[in-house]
Amino acid sequence: MKLRQLASAVICVGAGMGTAPAMAEDLTLCWAAWDPANALVELSKDFEASSGHNMSFEFIPWPNFADRMLNELNSGGQLCDLLIGDSQWIGGGAESEHYVKLNDFFDSEGISMDDFAPATVYAYSTWPKGTPNYYALPAMGDANGWFYRKDWFAREDLQAAFKSEYGRDLAEPKTQRELLDIATFFQEREIDGKKVYGAAIFTERGSEGITMGATGALYAWGFKYENTPGKYDMEGAVNSPEAVEALEFYKELYKCCTPPGYTDSYMGESLDAFKSGQVAMAMNWFAFFPGLYADPDTGGDKIDFFVNPPQNNPGSTLGGQGISVVSYSEKKDAALEYIKWFADPAVQAKWWSVGGYSAHNSVLNDPSFVESQPFAADFLLAMENVQDFWQEPAYAELLLAMQKRLHDYIVADKGTAQEALDMLIEDWTEVFEDEGKL
Amino acid sequence: MSMNPVDAAAKHTPPSVARRVKGLSDKTIAWLFVGPTIFLLLAINIFPLIWTVYLSFTNFKANRPNREVKYVGFKNYERILNDADIWLSMQATAHFLIWTIVLQVLIGFALAWLINRKFKGNDMWTTIIVLPMMLSPAVVGNFWTFFYQPQIGIFNYVVSFFTGADASSFEMLGSVSLAPWSIVIVDTWMWTPFVMLICLAGLRSIPDYIYEAAAIDRASKWRQFWTITVPMVLPFLMLAVLFRGIENFKMFDLVVQLTGGGPGSTTELASINLKREAFEKWRTGYSSAFAIILFVTVFGLASIYVKALNKVKER
Repeated sequence: MKLRQLASAVICVGAGMGTAPAMAEDLTLCWAAWDPANALVELSKDFEASSGHNMSFEFIPWPNFADRMLNELNSGGQLCDLLIGDSQWIGGGAESEHYVKLNDFFDSEGISMDDFAPATVYAYSTWPKGTPNYYALPAMGDANGWFYRKDWFAREDLQAAFKSEYGRDLAEPKTQRELLDIATFFQEREIDGKKVYGAAIFTERGSEGITMGATGALYAWGFKYENTPGKYDMEGAVNSPEAVEALEFYKELYKCCTPPGYTDSYMGESLDAFKSGQVAMAMNWFAFFPGLYADPDTGGDKIDFFVNPPQNNPGSTLGGQGISVVSYSEKKDAALEYIKWFADPAVQAKWWSVGGYSAHNSVLNDPSFVESQPFAADFLLAMENVQDFWQEPAYAELLLAMQKRLHDYIVADKGTAQEALDMLIEDWTEVFEDEGKL
Repeated sequence: MSMNPVDAAAKHTPPSVARRVKGLSDKTIAWLFVGPTIFLLLAINIFPLIWTVYLSFTNFKANRPNREVKYVGFKNYERILNDADIWLSMQATAHFLIWTIVLQVLIGFALAWLINRKFKGNDMWTTIIVLPMMLSPAVVGNFWTFFYQPQIGIFNYVVSFFTGADASSFEMLGSVSLAPWSIVIVDTWMWTPFVMLICLAGLRSIPDYIYEAAAIDRASKWRQFWTITVPMVLPFLMLAVLFRGIENFKMFDLVVQLTGGGPGSTTELASINLKREAFEKWRTGYSSAFAIILFVTVFGLASIYVKALNKVKER
């Protein structure tokens, strides 16, 4: 009897195995810990159901994300099979062979980069920049944008006060200077018995915060990293009169219009300042906008969004990431399956609907896209004019140098904007000389 | 006639072990015992040190293992010693080091002197005073950032209460002039109890009869303090200064949590600068040279100090 039961069990197990996928794997996807990551967990359940693979996630808080993940890659770690890494890592990821080159895979699976927004393909996928060498699939389009207290802007008493002071309606700013006016207007104003402040901007020193914030102003003034792309000739570009003016502007915005103690603030602090009703306006990544709109206290009809205002020209700081297969993974085939599934237009449409920012043309060009969310039109506008930081393999050195020079000038009042940018060129020149590029 | 302990132990040596060690000299057996420890010491301490010295003469970057490693001679050392930013971080370190030691020694000794006087609740107060040093530096750094918050921080409110200034009119962590003092205050709050405990041990080691003899000689309390208490506690105090000096020279966690080296680079201590160079910029060769310079500095200063300490002890 026992033998018969054992035989039945073996047959049952065998039959069960027959229905399961031949190579069910446990895949780990690494990303930053933020709202879109939660959306991706939900989305990935469809992949688990269709593929039989099991998905695990490793989400690292933003301040430690780069440190943690770059250490992982540099040590050849196998924690992540898939990595949604920052756009600036693409150069290092490609040159150090941390990422699998995806060209052959894309060709064999019929995945075309023409199906994705060109700005995202350029920024998230290619190395050397702009060449058809792909190391990632655009996963999450993003840019730095603004949101504001629509209910405060609509108040008649504030409208009247603003008009008498500035001679125009209190409305979404059309230029950076207008943004400063509005922030100045709200700074330390009493609203409903509470003192409020003008704007929450990025000033963080440790990782990338102040650079991501200040480049919003720099790009709007027409900042360029090089006079000739690829030549690393920075003199006159990085420290142009426009760049100096933009940096002075950002410092003025910081000095006049931020809440007290706002000396080391990034995404979390910006969200906190806005949600606690402290500020009239705040900058942050579009990735957070769905969560902000859904906030019961300051979302809904109390909030609205606008793209980073132009000054000399339109320009927004690029965020967002591409998804790559880590070359040290032992489950590359399953990881590529995930990429193939993720590139599917239907999945991309669902990605947008659950709170992710698809970069797929079928989603972005859909006539209903603009009306699908209150920030969708601004997102499209931002992505038309995004600019990214250096994506060189030595990007960390370049970024930390800029963090230091900007924080020294803007927050610590050290030197002038001209000196800060001149010293930045010296720092960057040293890095490029070490790299053998100058 | 009692047996020599070594012979007695040998008598109990199992035959299998005895056969294996038979014919080995005492020196060989001694080496067998200390060998693993020496090997570990070499592997964990000495080899990394030598390797760091080697790397300091190269352009190696740990995040670019495929890149050609070039010998650059003393270029890394030259760059560091001519880098104004490095000297600013050394200045920040010196400011932090000197002021924390001065304050901790003064307050720690005063507390020890008070606690040493027998009074009711003495033990309870000792326990309360030593609580801060039992906490994790990361936790301390974190909650002091809230204390220093200009809008809701208790520190600003206390200052405001006593001075009448608006609580949100000053920023301890965001102001270039106040930030260096903010880290000194927190470190002093956390580590003064350590100095106090060492001083207390020194005070309690002074025999009562010395004070009794001085009293019979009609020496005043003031005189007793300067001619008995201070000289006899001095070696303990110097030991506390040595410990705190070494610790604060390499201070990292508390300050990173509090200011992250900011505003700008105002509180960027040498160790924070080193970490950024080594593990954020990945300039391994350059940071190795910096580490060697810091090591030589600490080692040199500590050696001189230990010699002075020994002289004080010999008096």
